Amino acid sequence: MTATQIPDPTKRYQRTGLRGRNIEMLSWLFMRFSGAVLVILVFGHLFVNLWLGEGVQRIDFAFVSGKWANPFWQLWDLCMLWLGMLHGGNGVRTIINDYARGPRLRLVLKALLYIAVVATVVLGTLVIFTFSPCPAGAEPSLLPSICSE
Amino acid sequence: MASAEAGTLYRGREGMWSWVAHRISGMLIFLFLIVHVMDTALVRVSPEAYNEVIGHYKTIVFGLGEIGLVGAICFHALNGIRVILVDFWAQGARRQRMMFWSVVGLWVLLMIGFVPRQLGHMFGWW
Repeated sequence: MTATQIPDPTKRYQRTGLRGRNIEMLSWLFMRFSGAVLVILVFGHLFVNLWLGEGVQRIDFAFVSGKWANPFWQLWDLCMLWLGMLHGGNGVRTIINDYARGPRLRLVLKALLYIAVVATVVLGTLVIFTFSPCPAGAEPSLLPSICSE
Repeated sequence: MASAEAGTLYRGREGMWSWVAHRISGMLIFLFLIVHVMDTALVRVSPEAYNEVIGHYKTIVFGLGEIGLVGAICFHALNGIRVILVDFWAQGARRQRMMFWSVVGLWVLLMIGFVPRQLGHMFGWW
């Protein structure tokens, strides 16, 4: 019988065999960086859309297209969409890893998650870039003031 | 992975409950975000279609739901900053309990500011 190996007490306990730069560490780091940026983006979005003026009561097509006529808000919403979906998608991936035990259930749930993330990001990106604030043939009273100038 | 067979001993208290609340609020925000991208995508269909759907956000039920959503976002944001400080600030782990109650206090202040404003928008007070 061999003597029990007692590790050096100053040696750090290793949860996984992973060392250095790896996907799970980068995912952990991404959550912190994207989270810090999202605090600014989301609070700015809530302040402009829910706090200023008449808040949610004034939101309609003219309000949204008035905002997206400005590249600043297009970029703001694009960053919020991508960071929000990747941050949220990665969070749900962690939840699936924690609670879904069987390999088949994990595969199905993650497939659904990745499809939802990709579809939502693609849809949102296309809308931001292909959207026209003054669509041809639309009822003029529903359009922002820049369309009649 | 934790399982009942392996034992699920946990220290509980502020550290555990902030983690539970972070998870639940994050899940809710993610589900709302998917719905919100889809409703906003209606601007690409027609002004009428967008106005029709966004009109539902102005009802009392949705107005109260927005208070819940903003509450979830404010908690997730503040507790997220606490998580970053626990991980990157040398004193973070030692001060996590104090930071949790700071999160709760700041959250209450933000909601005291937002709820009357939102109720005012809903009922046309301003």
